[in-house]
Amino acid sequence: MKGWADFSYRCGTWWGSVLAKKSVGPLRREFAPWDDVTERPFIEFRNVTKRFGDFTAVDDLSLKIYEREFFALLGGSGCGKTTLMRMLAGFERPTSGTILLDGQDLAGVPPHRRPVNMMFQSYALFPHMSVEANIAFGLKQDKMPAEDLKGRVSEMLKLTKLEAFAKRKPHQLSGGQRQRVALARALAKKPKVLLLDEPLGALDRKLREETQFELTTLQQDLGMTFLIVTHDQEEAMTVADRIAVMDAGRIVQVAPPAEIYEAPGSKFIADFIGDINLIEATVVEKSEGGSVLNAKEFGIHIETASTTSAAVGDTVWYAIRPEKIEISHADTLETDTMVNAVRAEVWDIGYLGDVSIFHTRVDETLAIRATVANRSRHVERPISWDDQVAMSWGRDAGVILEA
Amino acid sequence: MKGPSWFNVTSMVFGFTFLYLPILLLVIFSFNESRLVTVWGGFSTKWYVELLENDQLLAAAWVTAKVAFISASIATVFGTMAAIVLARAGRFWGRSMFSGMIFAPLVMPEVILGLSLLLLFVAIDQSRGFWTVIIAHTTFAMCYVAVVVQSRLVGFDRSIEEAAEDLGCPPLKTFFLITLPIILPGVVAGWMLAFTLSLDDLVIASFTTGPGATTLPMKIYSQVRLGVTPEINAACTVLIAVVTGGVIAASIATKRRQSQHEADEFAAAG
Amino acid sequence: MSTQHTPRRSLGSWLLIAAPFLWLLIFFLAPFFMVFKISLSEIAIAIPPYLPTFDLDGGWAALVDDLKSLSIENYLWLTEDDLYWKSYLSSVQIALISTLLTLLIGYPLAYGMARSPKAWRPTLLMLVILPFWTSFLIRVYAWVGILKNEGLLNQLLLWLGVIDEPLVIMNTNAAVFIGIVYSYLPFLVLPLYATLEKLDESLLEAAQDLGCPPWKTFWTITVPLSIPGVVAGCFLVFIPAVGEFVIPDLLGGSNTLMIGKTLWVEFFSNRDWPVSSAVAVILLLILVIPIVLFQNHQQKLSERA
Repeated sequence: MKGWADFSYRCGTWWGSVLAKKSVGPLRREFAPWDDVTERPFIEFRNVTKRFGDFTAVDDLSLKIYEREFFALLGGSGCGKTTLMRMLAGFERPTSGTILLDGQDLAGVPPHRRPVNMMFQSYALFPHMSVEANIAFGLKQDKMPAEDLKGRVSEMLKLTKLEAFAKRKPHQLSGGQRQRVALARALAKKPKVLLLDEPLGALDRKLREETQFELTTLQQDLGMTFLIVTHDQEEAMTVADRIAVMDAGRIVQVAPPAEIYEAPGSKFIADFIGDINLIEATVVEKSEGGSVLNAKEFGIHIETASTTSAAVGDTVWYAIRPEKIEISHADTLETDTMVNAVRAEVWDIGYLGDVSIFHTRVDETLAIRATVANRSRHVERPISWDDQVAMSWGRDAGVILEA
Repeated sequence: MKGPSWFNVTSMVFGFTFLYLPILLLVIFSFNESRLVTVWGGFSTKWYVELLENDQLLAAAWVTAKVAFISASIATVFGTMAAIVLARAGRFWGRSMFSGMIFAPLVMPEVILGLSLLLLFVAIDQSRGFWTVIIAHTTFAMCYVAVVVQSRLVGFDRSIEEAAEDLGCPPLKTFFLITLPIILPGVVAGWMLAFTLSLDDLVIASFTTGPGATTLPMKIYSQVRLGVTPEINAACTVLIAVVTGGVIAASIATKRRQSQHEADEFAAAG
Repeated sequence: MSTQHTPRRSLGSWLLIAAPFLWLLIFFLAPFFMVFKISLSEIAIAIPPYLPTFDLDGGWAALVDDLKSLSIENYLWLTEDDLYWKSYLSSVQIALISTLLTLLIGYPLAYGMARSPKAWRPTLLMLVILPFWTSFLIRVYAWVGILKNEGLLNQLLLWLGVIDEPLVIMNTNAAVFIGIVYSYLPFLVLPLYATLEKLDESLLEAAQDLGCPPWKTFWTITVPLSIPGVVAGCFLVFIPAVGEFVIPDLLGGSNTLMIGKTLWVEFFSNRDWPVSSAVAVILLLILVIPIVLFQNHQQKLSERA
């Protein structure tokens, strides 16, 4: 992912100081409790359904989230991700099913007794209270002694670099500062789970990217379980250990970001996450080590390391990311046996700075996109509009998706 | 989407019962056969028949309707102008005095408004009657109109007007072609408010009226002081029916236009 | 928003300002000076029933004579007869108590409305506004039939066996409280509802999420944030209630002293225009403080929004 290289730069911002005091290993250490069958889930949704009148927001959903995990619920609006989170916080009651937190059934536990805290999308800062009072609010509900309370509040202010703003009211703060107050307030009680509802939606792009990294660092540092709801796939991929992609009240796939990106479980996910070319093809050969497909419309064969459960002769989709495709002048294409390569004509070029997107056409209806990193400023023989080009890719570049 | 809580429902039921029960009882007892207003003697419409034969009451009703119509119309013109001034004119000499004069009558006791206007009319030797009541009603009703219309103007996207002027429409024409149609619901609501305020007013009319211009509330008041009679109940019921009918019709019309608007938008989006 | 550009004004825009401005100057502001002037005059058996009348035909000297004859005697009279200051005091007292009672009934109502399902709200709002369109006089009159000794309330209570003898409510201050609460309830509910409805539900959820039980959330979040609505609503009830005439006249008894009624009697029954003018001036002075406070409050609110 782009941005990893800038990490040291980004560490200069607020959470960076926390990080700097301790020895920091690689950011994503080996951490995969979901692969360990003996591991007990920390949060568990068991066959949870939620209906609002005729509308089913969450449909018989089961999900396990583990301790210290940074888990993302990703989906478009109305997919049920927010409802799922609000059921965990206690603001909605499941129509049926059970929610367990650390082994305890949460049914009948009102929101104010649940050991989870939420960072609201709107931040929901109390407008009549100062920053300090907002952060102290949750602690006061626990009747924390004044001394400890003061200590904790100043600790949170320090952590979020808000010391100078302690006495301000929310309307005297910038968007980024408000977001930090909301975070500090939710963290102050050391909840078992921190819930983040579209936490960065209101920030501008640059601040959002910075904060994403800061959140990851913070989560690692505090060793807390974070559950984030977002519609922004880039955000989910940046922060989360695992992502659950949701659609129409159901989970379509749960997997770490790389797996979701590289091996999407369905056409829907492939389409939803990032940009992808989908090529219709029939299965010609299949074996343990891979498959051969025939894309009739393109007039090519595709050899892939991806296996499929579809039978020979079935129609499948071959999905390949634009950045996995190499684009070169057509005269470099050596043979006419078109395996994992196709001739096309450049139709449009989108220059995005770091990369360029080439929209090419094989014929009137068939298009393929490729992205190329702009590594150097001068290219000897640049590919231009209307050029005849060869689009080619490797054996393990794409995956087969069953319809 | 939780249902309202038991407590909320109770407090609403109590509140609305308190608001509506007295009026309901008044309406019910206007159909009472018995002259005793508080003992039910069977259903009858005879008080309404008697109402129709009471020439004095009908004359007062006619005067009231004329006063209300004329004063509401003048008040709407001045009130709308005042609203535009408040929302748009920026700073000018006397602005705070101007806004003070718009807001003060809303909370000023009626006895003071009535008395002061009467003393003015006396001082300038203006004989009192029909037109002095109209002036008095126009004065306080225009302030209500101004407040209603202003609230409409506050939510108004000025760039629409700027677009019109950018396209070559002079300011005054822009007002009539662009601004007025958009704030029209506010202006209509202002007129209706002014009309009913005038229709209802007892105190100010009592001070500023003269011979031959007795309004309906004055007539009702003089009879109410003598005690509760079913005939007055009947008169009140008619008045309630007229006003309530008008308000409900207006709100249904607005709502229908709004839902039509929404349906259009939905159709356009789909 | 309105002050950002002040272009050169055309003749048309001057007219736009001048027309309503002049109307209010002549028919709202000027009359107050008349009231003030006449409050310094003397009662006379004449038409109009006060002296001097400022006859401009008499020239400058006569005018100066007239000015000299003005006196504060009427104001002294107000302090001598305890009827007046008792009326002022009891008006303020009755208005205060009624305002509190209105708040007691109006807050739960407004709160219930603001927390009801969104689809109901326009209808509920309409239900609150509708009585406001109905004649004030009629609404007060409606209570006469209910509160009388042989009225509907007493009939009901006797029939239920709650009481053995009819309660005397009519012609007491209690009836005046009921009348004021009833008549001014919408004035309190509307601004309060507007404030409560705007209250971001996620604030309440955030409080509960942080461990605050619902009833405590109400006191620590909802109530403080609804204060602007409460203040506006209370002013809207209190200020006109102080000068109320119809309610104490129809529902109150001979013991109910309210300044609006005193002024009315002084004017229509005693035909003492100078004294009633003095009463009006003092009433105005009493109300100036809450009116200015109210205006400042509204100003602040609109600036914040």
